[in-house]
Amino acid sequence: MFEESAVIRWRKYTDRYRLIGNACKACGETYYPAKEQCPCGGKEFAAQQFSGKGRLLTFTEVKAAPEVFESKTPYVIGIVKLDEGPKVGAQICDANAGDLKIGQRVEAVFRKFYASGETGVLHYGTKFRPVF
Amino acid sequence: MVERKVAVIGVGITRFGEVWEKGLRQLLAEAELQALADARINPEKVDMIFTGNMCGGEFAGQEHLGGMASSILNLNVASTRVEGACASGSLAFRQGLMAIESGRADMVLVNGVEKMTDVSTEHVTTGLMGAGDEEWEGFQGFTFPGLYALMAKAYMNKFGLSRKQLAAVAVKNHFHGARNPIAQYRKEITLDDVYKSMMVAEPLTLLDCSPITDGAASVVLCNAETAKQYCEAPVYVAGSGQASDTLALAERSELHHVKATRLAKTQAFAQAKITVKDLDLVEVHDCFTIAEIMAMEDLGLCGNGKAGRLVEQGQTYFDGKTPVNTSGGLKACGHPVGATGVKQVVEVVQQLQGKAGKRQVKGAEIGVTHNVGGSGATVVVNVFKRGLP
Ligand SMILES: [Zn+2]
Repeated sequence: MFEESAVIRWRKYTDRYRLIGNACKACGETYYPAKEQCPCGGKEFAAQQFSGKGRLLTFTEVKAAPEVFESKTPYVIGIVKLDEGPKVGAQICDANAGDLKIGQRVEAVFRKFYASGETGVLHYGTKFRPVF
Repeated sequence: MVERKVAVIGVGITRFGEVWEKGLRQLLAEAELQALADARINPEKVDMIFTGNMCGGEFAGQEHLGGMASSILNLNVASTRVEGACASGSLAFRQGLMAIESGRADMVLVNGVEKMTDVSTEHVTTGLMGAGDEEWEGFQGFTFPGLYALMAKAYMNKFGLSRKQLAAVAVKNHFHGARNPIAQYRKEITLDDVYKSMMVAEPLTLLDCSPITDGAASVVLCNAETAKQYCEAPVYVAGSGQASDTLALAERSELHHVKATRLAKTQAFAQAKITVKDLDLVEVHDCFTIAEIMAMEDLGLCGNGKAGRLVEQGQTYFDGKTPVNTSGGLKACGHPVGATGVKQVVEVVQQLQGKAGKRQVKGAEIGVTHNVGGSGATVVVNVFKRGLP
């Protein structure tokens, strides 16, 4: 991952920050992140808001991280199956790895990711937290 | 169209490891010249060059390795860099293969190279994350050990896999590495060493992970009809397959195996007209111990969920029933990402020529290479035979 400019972050408002993906108008399949071409052949999509609720399919605790996340270690990453269907990779927050279980309920939260080295600009995104 | 057959008539490989005395160019030059000498040809015989590399720009400030590979040999022939993350070397190999099959070239030099130890470990971790999905994995703070740990946890949840079975992969690969003169780690380790090493991403410890490595490997390919003019024991390419899957791991339908391996294997085995029973050895992409477990099952060496037991029983040692990673694999031989796919070819060729020394698989006639890019978005499987296919 590399240092993101303000324009990059602006461009990602819809999917990264608002959990908006899309749904194929032909078959109804939902996608997060949004897809450009559906396996059914469909090319027309409607915007789809996701609830951010889902189930944890797998997770691990990262102890050795890329440069910008180094100060955050250890942290938990996982793959979440959203209730609407799509699967998404994300950090799992507000819990230790030892308290998590495969299959458990999680929900999306808006969180700080990291601060840029030189400018100190804060980067935000979506993480998931367990619902016990 | 009738495709021409292709043979490997020369191989070259540098020492793998922290090669402080050599930069990207010197590593590449050493492997190239060795391969040409092994094929007993002058550079002028070469019609085309393909060079696999992932992070030349990121780790050495050098892109445009096509130009570098040809200028080392003072050639003006077509020379192209090929990138597909950790599968870059195999992709370069396939470009060379197809160039000869199609009749575009008669003699091709294929290289793989990566210089990784001139930058910090954190920088390497960041650079390698370029093999994943930048937005949906990189930005989220995912790492490659993390991605493979997610697959390991999904696999364990589905089939069960003991810590011992996973660690046995590393122990076996270090045993082979100790018998490979170019390997980064020529040192045997114990199960205890794996258990006690630093946790990187649960369940993977440092000794479950392939290291950061400098190295280069080259092979000379030629039209099979002329191979005997250059080489007493050419090794023939009997089959080759390449397949793709989603860039991000999360988007795959299943997390406990690598679909693209199964697809590439089916293509390669069909072209070679072989079944898994015909194999004498396989070089698989064990960037992490779990990757070797999944590769064994995806290549059909055993049933789903059964690889751990096979490894634990010692059947995948060089003198076992199903030798896996006699080079030491990525784990012990090292993983200079762009070079790995070509290194696998070098190992299989040396085995089929009976030149593998203390790790020689007796009477080996058919060998397979399996190279994965990222967490499975790109996979190449090649089949090699000692005799003309
Ligand atoms: Zn559709």
